[in-house]
Amino acid sequence: MIPAGTAAPAGFDPHVVDAELAADPPVNLSRRGVLGASLGALVLGFTLPGGSARSQALAPAIEAGTRVPAFLEIRPDGSVVLQSPFIEGGQGIYTAMAQIVGEELDADPARFTVVSAPPGPDYLVVNGRLRFTGGSTSVRSSYTRMRRLGALARRMLIEAAASRLGAPIAELTTEPGRVIHAASGRSLNYGDLAADALALPVPDQVTLKADAAFRWIGKGIARLDVPDKSTGRAVYAIDIQVEGMLLAAVRHAPRLGCEPGIIRNEAAVLAMRGVYSLHRLPGAIGVVADRWWRARRAAEALQVSWNEAEPGKARGFPAMPADFSTVALRQRLADGTGPVFEAATTGNSAAALAAAATRLEAVYDAPLIAHAQLEPPSATARFNADGTLDLWAPNQAPDAFLRAAAAVAQLDPAKIRLHSPLLGGFFGRHFLYEASNPFPQAILLAKAVGRPVKLIWSREEEFLRDTLRPMGVVRFRAGLDARGKPVALEAEVKGEGPRFRVNKMPLDKVDPTAVEGIAGKPYAIPNGRVTQVVLQYPALIGFWRSVGESMNGFLYETFFDEMADAGNQDPYALRMELLSGNARLTHLLRAVGEMSGGWKRGPYTAGDGSRRARGVAMVSPFGTEVATIAEVSITGGEIVVHDIWVAIDPGRVVNPAIVEAQVRSAVGNGLSTALYEEMVFEAGLPRARNYDGYPILPMHRMPRVHVRIIESGAPMGGVGEPGVPGVPPAVTNALSVLLGRRIRSLPLSKVSFTGAPS
Amino acid sequence: MQLSINGTTHDIDVEPETPLLWVIREELGMTGTKYGCGLAQCGACTVLVDGEAVRSCVTPVDSMAGADIVTIEAAAADPVGSKVIDAWIAHQVPQCGYCQSGQVMAAVALLKANPSPSEEDILGSMANLCRCATYNGIVAAVQQAAKA
Repeated sequence: MIPAGTAAPAGFDPHVVDAELAADPPVNLSRRGVLGASLGALVLGFTLPGGSARSQALAPAIEAGTRVPAFLEIRPDGSVVLQSPFIEGGQGIYTAMAQIVGEELDADPARFTVVSAPPGPDYLVVNGRLRFTGGSTSVRSSYTRMRRLGALARRMLIEAAASRLGAPIAELTTEPGRVIHAASGRSLNYGDLAADALALPVPDQVTLKADAAFRWIGKGIARLDVPDKSTGRAVYAIDIQVEGMLLAAVRHAPRLGCEPGIIRNEAAVLAMRGVYSLHRLPGAIGVVADRWWRARRAAEALQVSWNEAEPGKARGFPAMPADFSTVALRQRLADGTGPVFEAATTGNSAAALAAAATRLEAVYDAPLIAHAQLEPPSATARFNADGTLDLWAPNQAPDAFLRAAAAVAQLDPAKIRLHSPLLGGFFGRHFLYEASNPFPQAILLAKAVGRPVKLIWSREEEFLRDTLRPMGVVRFRAGLDARGKPVALEAEVKGEGPRFRVNKMPLDKVDPTAVEGIAGKPYAIPNGRVTQVVLQYPALIGFWRSVGESMNGFLYETFFDEMADAGNQDPYALRMELLSGNARLTHLLRAVGEMSGGWKRGPYTAGDGSRRARGVAMVSPFGTEVATIAEVSITGGEIVVHDIWVAIDPGRVVNPAIVEAQVRSAVGNGLSTALYEEMVFEAGLPRARNYDGYPILPMHRMPRVHVRIIESGAPMGGVGEPGVPGVPPAVTNALSVLLGRRIRSLPLSKVSFTGAPS
Repeated sequence: MQLSINGTTHDIDVEPETPLLWVIREELGMTGTKYGCGLAQCGACTVLVDGEAVRSCVTPVDSMAGADIVTIEAAAADPVGSKVIDAWIAHQVPQCGYCQSGQVMAAVALLKANPSPSEEDILGSMANLCRCATYNGIVAAVQQAAKA
């Protein structure tokens, strides 16, 4: 449905961002030209910046994050409305943005209302040239730029006050929400000054606060979105109501690539109460009705013959064949071969393996998994009388969605207003994917019926068309010396990474998202080789919370314990030894050991009589370092995870309470994947179409989570995702101790405990 | 038929098997109650019916004649509901927030039936899914609301 060549989301590449952050911290921004004055008015009334869609590709005439009026409205009562470049989906970014801007503006973040900014060059604040919400990138990629924005606004308020009071700028200071002239004992509220201030040219120079002077950054201030989310007032895409709108449901082809053929009961379905019309869409039938419940019931009642995918037809995604199964895919990835690309090499692993006293080889795997966010995807499209289009769509990358919407609607992007509502969970679900976003269907349906249309995918249609986490299959080989210490480690990473697939990049080199978490591990193993063996498959794959790390953390860190066991090494002590000389990581590993009351592997008998063991894992996702310990028992024939301790070092943090909440959430997500999650395909069809067939972590299986944040002062790392990948290996390593055998495949719900000691 | 929601009686004209969820969301325009699964799996649609937690996505509206239905929109007006909401805010429970209307209503129902639940009682009776895994916070907030 999205024409090839227009849909590639140029936006999302956390690795580029990581590399840029390391190489060029954005500290000394300069503004190009005097642009603030031309916007004039304080109140935004701000429509789409001209040429917004093309400006990302061309050299931007607007320096992102500098035009103060594009971001800030200060109301007469001193409250502040901030246009956020980042979308809120539970990670607390609205609050963090208010904290960062408020700090330099000298305005209490509690008085901020934060909304998602429209697309446009002002908001390309990810390293000053991109905009997306993902890759645990938001704060670290925009921190200085957003602080500077707040400082520019404060300076403009001071300049306005200087004119109003007839006082020299040098004599003016601020307190939260006020400009103070101590010499005359006079002061002015920001709300009174805002109209004058925001009409001034944006200054060229501004000085940021010293960290020691921070009033809000570094504090665990309350989240701005919590009251509305505790009372049902928060509005998500699915809640959008537009006057005169119709509701739509879709019935997708059971296998991607198939197209609707004959509808055998078209007249009967059209006669159902409330049904307005049926529409043939690419790969789906759309039903428009006066209520969603009626549209959905009608969509379910349709008797459709689906035509097989036309061979050779150009499409942006692989067609799903009728013989695809995940069991066969796992086997093919384990045993098959394809083009091999080097990801990382140290020493000479072949020679070291040949000379090793002990050699071991094992294949580890992790399944395809779904996002399973609680809010089913939806989109609302309204064509207006003036030829413009309003579109409400859950998204993590507004500019990329705008471009794609323009192609579908065949409109100039300047004629589209894209609204980015709160996300009812995302975890990577709402990037621009070939067949997983409802907005193209909503646009086509609204165009066809000449009325606004809200399209909601039922949970069943969502499970059918979600873009999944790739299958992770790695063949490991290790060699140990006579003392049992690792001297060589090889990893063949099989399959595809999400980044190249989503961005339609040629598979002619290593996809960093395929090998992250396996290549570049910090352990001092003298000979190593990591390769990617490219094998393609038809399932839709994309980004899932912590991306490649989310399965590779499990694959590598569980094989590490297998290697330790083969050499009769304690896995915690071996990690410590192989990190010797790395002050940051040995400190982190010691910290998580201390938090858990001192490392003990077990098995041991706990106070309640249960037999327990512990596992440890270390991961380095998104510029952050994480050490995780899990305590596990097998109780009543089930795996019980009692406690999880996480020491996390993101360098430094803006809001420790949000960081801790994100780690707890990530632990729950990671444990859910470890215990339960697996998208099983048989005959080209997903077996699960709802949570009954795809269980996610329920409340009574949530462990006690203990979090320690370590601010080492290293460059700021990510926060939203890094807590995930250490959990599955820590839990599996503990379970393997209890069972006395290695577990090499997820989810753990497949493990039989027959004969297991308990 | 007539439906009593949040103390107001509404005349509605829908098919009798229409789930209560969609009557609340589409006929009455109250969107605090959420659609998550449609199969009583996730609990995002939880409302109170005569004080008990009910999954409105599988509750035919014609079974609701004469029932007293309370949704999240009226939770703050209920003495137990307001304690629960205060505790939710104090513990900063929500993340994405999508499941939280249902979580709050399930907590209200639990505390109405059992004003001082043990941790086991909470884990045994609150079965709503949260994909952000805010479960530690939910348990702590329910315990605080019970003490308030």
